[in-house]
Amino acid sequence: MASLLDIRRRIRAVKSTQQITKAMKAISASRLRKAQDAMMGARPFASQMARVLGGLARQVDTSVHPLLTQRGPDAPERPTLVIVVSADKGLCGGFNTNIVKRAAEVITDAGRAGVSLGLVGKKGREFFGKRGFDVRFELVNIFANLKYAHAQAIAREAVTAFTEGEVDSVHVIYNEFKNVLQQQVVVNQVLPIQPLVVGEMGDAARERLPDYLYEPDPTQIFASLIPRHVEVQFYRALLESAAAEHAARLTAMEAATKNATEMIDDLTLYMNKVRQAKITGEIIEIVSGAEAI
Amino acid sequence: MPLPDHLTLEIVTPERAVVSEQIDEVQIPGAEGSFGVLPGHTPLLATLQVGELWYRRGQETSYVAVSFGFAEVQPDRVTILAQIAESAEEIDVTRAKDAERRAKGRLDTPVLDMDFERARIAMLKSLIRLRVASRANRG
Repeated sequence: MASLLDIRRRIRAVKSTQQITKAMKAISASRLRKAQDAMMGARPFASQMARVLGGLARQVDTSVHPLLTQRGPDAPERPTLVIVVSADKGLCGGFNTNIVKRAAEVITDAGRAGVSLGLVGKKGREFFGKRGFDVRFELVNIFANLKYAHAQAIAREAVTAFTEGEVDSVHVIYNEFKNVLQQQVVVNQVLPIQPLVVGEMGDAARERLPDYLYEPDPTQIFASLIPRHVEVQFYRALLESAAAEHAARLTAMEAATKNATEMIDDLTLYMNKVRQAKITGEIIEIVSGAEAI
Repeated sequence: MPLPDHLTLEIVTPERAVVSEQIDEVQIPGAEGSFGVLPGHTPLLATLQVGELWYRRGQETSYVAVSFGFAEVQPDRVTILAQIAESAEEIDVTRAKDAERRAKGRLDTPVLDMDFERARIAMLKSLIRLRVASRANRG
């Protein structure tokens, strides 16, 4: 049987762990709020952009733009650029594991043509960085201070790789923030931009977009907007991932704090039992000792 | 249709909404030249260049440095989607000066594979920032 002292020591250890998980939970909660605000802040830009782009798509020949061009069927197969958005830190439940698992599936599915990887976040780099994949770029330590410029950097890499014909398509894998309790891993094709996406935006904009004067002409405006659209897509993925990460950590730390409380309760109960047993033993010893006299 | 009295000006960047106000007049740095917009303007879609945007509400004029993006004009509202938009009060003058010096240095000592266009734009951006910032100090 463990001694009283040992049990007390364990209780103290669990308590200090609990303090840490509690603090981490509080921090995640405030960071989550910030991340959600950032997501809200990005929304007007994205929706205005989609509306105008959709309206323009109905007026210009969208098939000629290089970022919308599908690779021909007889062209040689080239790899897919897969951009994996993970977190910089752990202790957030299945957040990183889910991303890595899904990315591994995508890589397997890519088959012969293979993949080229873009790794965002330390955890993804830790996993894929040393497994001999073709890594096009890495971007770590961005989530503490996430800026639009980060999305631009990713977009630049992706667009260059695509337009220079080094890859056939660009996909991004990230955790989507559904709500505080739910994150969902999604795989989005970013390039080539699917005509469907442009068409859908057009439907939404049909009544709203009046006849504009254009300065310069619509085709040029469209061409200058398309790269922005790609950036916005990446920015959204980063923001979603950041919010999802904090939400995942919040949930994980809440569970950890609760488990610690339960553990402390169990240990305290056990400690009291041990103490009682010890006292009983001592009484018996005294009584039997007295009888012997 | 009667002409509206005011314009609703909204300036948004990918990160946040910078301005959302009722205004009387706005001057926008379009890619093909600066243009002014008053309430009741014909719908217009224009791309922007790096430049200074100002808007007026009553007697009060405010300045914003914008770079890249586009402007959507409707009779009663103007929406500016810009990559960067900073109002005069927000601009960090020392940083802008530093940026100007760096850009100038790069333009003065060209290297072989230098991206001139980028250096030129960096220079332009810092100059615009400084100009907009100086407006805030004066008025």
